[in-house]
Amino acid sequence: MRYAMAVDTRKCVGCSDCVVACQTENKVPVGYCRDWIVEVNDGTYPQLEMEIRSERCNHCSNAPCVRCCPTGASHIIKGGIVLVKPSKCIGCGACIASCPYDARYPHPDGYVDKCTFCNHRLEKGMKPACVEVCPTKCLYFGDLDDPNSEVSVILKKRKWKTLIPEAGTRPELYFLI
Amino acid sequence: MKEEVIVSGRMNPMVDPHLRIWEWPIPLYLFLGGMAAGILFFASLYYIRGKEKEYPAAVRLAPLLTPLLLVIGLLALFIDLRHKLYFWQLYISIKLQSPMSWGAWTLMVITPASFIWSALHIRDIIPSWDWKYNWLKLLENFFNRNKKILAWVILIYSLILGIYTGILLSAFNARPLWNTSILGPLFLASGLSAGAATIILFARNPEERKHFSRIDLIIIAVELFLIVHMFMGFLASTQVQIEASQLFLGGEFTAPFWIFVVILGLMFPALLEILELNRYHIPVIIPVILVLFGSFMLRFIIVYAGQVSRWLY
Repeated sequence: MRYAMAVDTRKCVGCSDCVVACQTENKVPVGYCRDWIVEVNDGTYPQLEMEIRSERCNHCSNAPCVRCCPTGASHIIKGGIVLVKPSKCIGCGACIASCPYDARYPHPDGYVDKCTFCNHRLEKGMKPACVEVCPTKCLYFGDLDDPNSEVSVILKKRKWKTLIPEAGTRPELYFLI
Repeated sequence: MKEEVIVSGRMNPMVDPHLRIWEWPIPLYLFLGGMAAGILFFASLYYIRGKEKEYPAAVRLAPLLTPLLLVIGLLALFIDLRHKLYFWQLYISIKLQSPMSWGAWTLMVITPASFIWSALHIRDIIPSWDWKYNWLKLLENFFNRNKKILAWVILIYSLILGIYTGILLSAFNARPLWNTSILGPLFLASGLSAGAATIILFARNPEERKHFSRIDLIIIAVELFLIVHMFMGFLASTQVQIEASQLFLGGEFTAPFWIFVVILGLMFPALLEILELNRYHIPVIIPVILVLFGSFMLRFIIVYAGQVSRWLY
């Protein structure tokens, strides 16, 4: 099993619903966020191009945060989800410094927090909160090892990219372009 | 023109607008740890070589400072942790891929070793020192008998301590400025230089002072070479590292780095030490303070600048 998410940059309108849904679902402290929207504007008028991306932890297969963690608090569970175990985290900040996507933040309670792909929902057979609420249905989630999952199907059909593949992290967050 | 903005408003404290996860305690620890490593390296090296009589400041006096340096350093590390009460988690796991993990274990060895080494020489500054309890006297005898083994342990672990502070930062490929393997040797050299400078300060006889002045000069030359080498590496590397090096070549850290580290911290004390070796009278405290200052500023600036450098996307 290998969980992955695909974001359709051609359908995303940048409404930030995914951000709010995540904050609500995961009780993210006020002023923090686990996912965010990036808007890219390229070119000069009138030749303009825009890309909107809903970004979060890339759940890298070669995760630098897991490698740098001195206690094993950052770990990868079945399905390739990168998680932090608060009771093992000392809050040293090594994982935050090691993430090229800046996807982690220090929780006010001391430990490091980040996107979990809503693991608590997956266990109940539900989709991550951000995927569930997306009004344009631009987020696809599923198991890459299953050729019939919606994420596998869409990645076969469409052109895609990952962010900073040259950092060697092998991210599992795909952007349809 | 390409412009990327986070439009949903991401302002995670200590992460945005750029990383500020490691503040002053980290460079302070890296400096104190490096300095202690330098002092302990020379102490054990000259003891093993049987030069205790000729270089008493290096073997016996200067190391008395190291327990204090390491304790303050550990305290700084502790202050930096945000989930403080879980710090013991470091010592129930060994993660070989994490420099911070084996650094923590190195500290666990070198800190007690520095206390023992100092305890064996405490009578040099307090001649009437008495251990009071019999078991403490037995312990002292035990370590005196095995002093050579202790010296070897200190020699090896001081080198690991000195180099790991640099490797710790170079392991983060997310911060291009840190992501150079030169940082390990550079921080080790800087720590050895700080150690040699401290020994110069403690040295009472001119021969020992001159000897360590010469050593310090060689290390400073190595450091200057490594710094040039580091920038050559950056400029010949990928766009992210070219941009990272620009922080020091015209960017916001240019003035502090070249003035405080290179000129005041390396070149000027080297010049003073050369003058001193050529029989000009220079108050020894000036080059020593400058070397220590430069060693501290190197770590301070690298830690802060590294957090500003990032991948472009």
